[in-house]
Amino acid sequence: MMRLPDFRFHAPETLEEAAAILADKGSDAMILAGGTDLLPNMKRGQHTPKHLLTLRRISSLCAVRSGSGLTLGAGLTLTQLLDNQSIRKDYTALWQAAQVVATPQLRNRATLGGNICLDTRCNFYDQSKEWRKAINYCLKKDGDICWVATSSKTCLAVSSTDTAPALVALNAKIRLVSAAGERVIRLEDFYNNDGLDYLNRRADEILSEVILEPACAWKSTYWKLRRRGSFDFPVLAVAVAVKLTDDGTVEDARIVLGAVASMPMLSTDAAEFLRGKKIDNEVIEETGRIAAKIARPVNNTDLAPPWRKKVIPEFMSYAFREVRGDDISSLRKRVAHQSRS
Amino acid sequence: MSSANGFSIVGKRRVRVDALSKITGQTQFADDIALPRMLFCKLLRSSLPHAEIESIDVSAARDYPGVQLILTGQDFPVEYGILPVSQDERPLCRDKVRFVGDPVAAVIAGDEQTADEALGLIEVHYRPLPTIATVQEALKPTEAPLQEYAEEGNIHRRLAYSFGDVDEALENADYVFDDTFFYEGNTHLAMEQHAAVAAADPDGRVTLWSSTQCPHYVHRALAKALEMPAAHIRVIACPNGGGFGGKTDPFNHEIVVARASMMLGRPVKICLTREEVFYCHRGRHPVSMRLRTGVTRDGKLTGMHLQTLLDGGAYGSYGIASTFYTVALAPTTYHLPRYSFQAGRVFTNKPPCGPKRGHGTPQPRFGQEIQLDKIAEKLEMDPAQFRLGIVEKPDRLTANYLKIGTIGLAECIERVVDKSGWKSKHRKLPAGKGVGIACGAYMSGAGTAIYWNKMPHSGVQIKLDRSGAVTVYCGTAEVGQGSDDVLVGLVAEILGLEPIDIKCVTGDTDLTPVDLGSYSSRVTLMMGNAAIQAAERARELIAEALAERLEAPVDHLEFAEGRVFNVADPSGGMSFREAVICAEEKHGTLVSVGSYTPPHKAGKYPGAGVGPSPTYSYSAAVVEVEVDSATGFIEISRVTIAHDVGRSLNPVLVEGQVIGGVYMGIGEALMEEHTTRRLAPKLSDALLHRNPSMLDYKSPTLHDMPEVQVEIVEHPDPNGPFGAKEAGQGPLLPIMPAIANAVYDAVGVRIDELPITPDKVLKALKLKAGGREARIGPKSFPQIDWPEPIFVLPPWEGGDGTASNKPEWRRAAKMHDMDKVTTP
Repeated sequence: MMRLPDFRFHAPETLEEAAAILADKGSDAMILAGGTDLLPNMKRGQHTPKHLLTLRRISSLCAVRSGSGLTLGAGLTLTQLLDNQSIRKDYTALWQAAQVVATPQLRNRATLGGNICLDTRCNFYDQSKEWRKAINYCLKKDGDICWVATSSKTCLAVSSTDTAPALVALNAKIRLVSAAGERVIRLEDFYNNDGLDYLNRRADEILSEVILEPACAWKSTYWKLRRRGSFDFPVLAVAVAVKLTDDGTVEDARIVLGAVASMPMLSTDAAEFLRGKKIDNEVIEETGRIAAKIARPVNNTDLAPPWRKKVIPEFMSYAFREVRGDDISSLRKRVAHQSRS
Repeated sequence: MSSANGFSIVGKRRVRVDALSKITGQTQFADDIALPRMLFCKLLRSSLPHAEIESIDVSAARDYPGVQLILTGQDFPVEYGILPVSQDERPLCRDKVRFVGDPVAAVIAGDEQTADEALGLIEVHYRPLPTIATVQEALKPTEAPLQEYAEEGNIHRRLAYSFGDVDEALENADYVFDDTFFYEGNTHLAMEQHAAVAAADPDGRVTLWSSTQCPHYVHRALAKALEMPAAHIRVIACPNGGGFGGKTDPFNHEIVVARASMMLGRPVKICLTREEVFYCHRGRHPVSMRLRTGVTRDGKLTGMHLQTLLDGGAYGSYGIASTFYTVALAPTTYHLPRYSFQAGRVFTNKPPCGPKRGHGTPQPRFGQEIQLDKIAEKLEMDPAQFRLGIVEKPDRLTANYLKIGTIGLAECIERVVDKSGWKSKHRKLPAGKGVGIACGAYMSGAGTAIYWNKMPHSGVQIKLDRSGAVTVYCGTAEVGQGSDDVLVGLVAEILGLEPIDIKCVTGDTDLTPVDLGSYSSRVTLMMGNAAIQAAERARELIAEALAERLEAPVDHLEFAEGRVFNVADPSGGMSFREAVICAEEKHGTLVSVGSYTPPHKAGKYPGAGVGPSPTYSYSAAVVEVEVDSATGFIEISRVTIAHDVGRSLNPVLVEGQVIGGVYMGIGEALMEEHTTRRLAPKLSDALLHRNPSMLDYKSPTLHDMPEVQVEIVEHPDPNGPFGAKEAGQGPLLPIMPAIANAVYDAVGVRIDELPITPDKVLKALKLKAGGREARIGPKSFPQIDWPEPIFVLPPWEGGDGTASNKPEWRRAAKMHDMDKVTTP
């Protein structure tokens, strides 16, 4: 069995207490949410924090508050999200994304905050320490070469979170709390396109909640490409949110690609093209073509990169057909293995 | 009372004898064993693909608190290996490492974590050697071969045989089809990781509990590698959490813990991580293939020339046998008047390949069944009808002298054609949907043991006593396939008892008679025949005693429903327990034995030992797919499969094996790839397993599994126990080619290599749209200098099974070794 390395365990009961510990330990500490990603990574030596700080005892992190929009505690498990009917109805993309993360057992444990902060992934990095030693490590951890593209100066590990593209499409904000105070930022500003330094999070900050605007006339959807009907991380994700006028004209749109870079990629060009148009098949095709331009899949995940790029317009068309109201439930069942949406 | 088929247990749908303990988590697997004062072992594995070991400094690790013992290659002077012809492994590498994952040193400590930490303190100095990453690299001449005993350079072995003049057969054909295929390697992915516990006793004996399919072969390897008498070693095969061929080799970790326990006088345990299991491997060889097949206009085969080239990885393992199996069984399904083959295996710096479910036969079957689909199309024949026209006849020899007994292949084809609605679907479904058909055959046990001997392949012993208790002993390993249930069921049938009345003790070299192991689909047939013999002898002992007591002729005594009685007076007689008491009074202590030795092989040519089996099982499958032409994604909608199992002893188990084979076949066809990753050679020599985890090595999930309709076909074979044949391996074979053929029916593209991934389908569709050949697959077969073929005349051309040319002495000697080789 692979074993965890030694660490000191902290289990604060309030956010303030947690923030104080983080302020004290700084980058020697890591935050443990559901642990479904961090603990296996620690067993493989990808992270060796001296201190591990669990958030599970902080009940305020599991709150759901509704007002003009919806505020979700970062400690909610994905299963709890799926049980929430207003998420399902008003923030469909998030609900669909949460439903295709990993497996039912993992979703019972994994949290919203954890999935948003999910470590970037790469076939050269998500390996045991012995394996990584045999390639003399890599840029992301302990080495100086990016084996995916040996001339690359930055790490090309892939953003593999399902909920983040959906939340960026939904124009979500997040609250970051530290001993020094707190700040609210747009989720899209939380990420960098750098596999190593992928989060704009200070070491003393805790992601405490996700803030969703009122859904109003927005409709959203999430489509995930993966090899199998369960377990797998996305190798392409399409999240789309559109605001339609009564006659079906696009008033506004947010189009996001996941798992094709080190962060969720917002295609403003595609959204710009779409604005003021009706979602007919030609428009869908052109939108897909424009959005695909920002994707840079590389050979560090499952399935071939050129193919992953080639099918982007197709996945984009699923999303747009769904938000304009086509019945594509059988396609969703086949592609995403989701029978409910 | 006996049911319609004349049996009371056989053929009845029963809950297997070990089901409840398994589903309630109470079965004790090797890793569940915990002994007092037990220590833990971890292995340091090579981080280089190919290197000489210059020095190993273990001093820091030895001094690490909690460490009890460090072992290195110096502690193991003797080589071992599963086949007598490839004794090329050491428990720990001594001079050379040959792949990333090759074990170099062992740490034994009070707990696993300490052992793991101490591994990091061992310093190994290596002198790197060139990395051999591909078959093409392995075929180049080299000064420093991976294995010294290789035939030439890194070419492990080459074989060439001709059963009749195939060139002439192809010349006389109306058409000759020439196709190349590639089958990617894949691994077993058993749920249970390998684990072993060794416990030495103070008298100098040692016991090893292990998740092994072959306790007998582990027993032999331990005796050799530890240089001690086998009689002082006891090997116990724990129930395996799946094996599929991955636990048929004796493994380095088993030998290491045995030695460590003897040196320390304390029990030592090892449980491999999932990543280490990928390094043990012994899985499906990647195989390049070329098939040249002649056919007549009316759809008869005139001859076939098959070429295969296997990427063997770093060690021999079962490789020579695997190589033979890529060519030996091809003629068992369809009548082939003439047949020739050339087969080779190379060494590369990768985890060693070996036997996986179907051992060597799924690869050529994939090629052959796709080629038949192409032939049928060319001849404008229905592929099912075409196959029915060439199915081999029962009770005859093949061109390469394999003795076919009963053959239910035609019925299998007819059943799947009927149940799948084939006739209304093939070439008739809307675009994007398609059906494909394919067949297969497999051995019910290899006719020859791994090592040459004249002893039985399976022995069964039955103990009865005055309590009425019956205990049956056999050296087989329960690997999840249900062999304990078969053993108990057969004895219960003969003694007229219920399975609950019989205890079984299996896979224990101290207690049980030798059985060669759970490989080559041999257990039901060989153990089964031995069990029937032992049970019949036990029944005779009882009947003899009762005949006197009941004053009835022995053959009038019936054993049924836990009673023994005179058929003329069913209400008389006595309980089974009372009957055993009578027998014990008459004979003294009661025990009976049975054994099984397979029939002699018909071929007398050198190498004829690989392929013969007491009987062959047959399968046919129709797979229905839906192909998304925009993404290339393939969805398997339905599988209809028929399997000729001879006689279904417990239909629940047969169906389980068939569905399991379908599942594994879908994985091999669509996604599984046991491959390595070469880094930029200018920057690194590294060659690593691409995906050594259950997340990244893609195998189907429940969501990816279609509905499977199983049709059990029964053509009882006189060589099988009550006519039974195997079911564990054969049903896998038709799945991969049936999927490939279905994809062609759906979208008109040929994917002649596995796995059939969506990007390949999309690429082929693009070729098709551009008016080019809509095919993805190898363009050619590698160039190799083959030896002169051994020539044998087929039976119908006056042959007697001997080679008619006289191979030179050296080769004859080598081929003689081959005769000692067989397997899964």
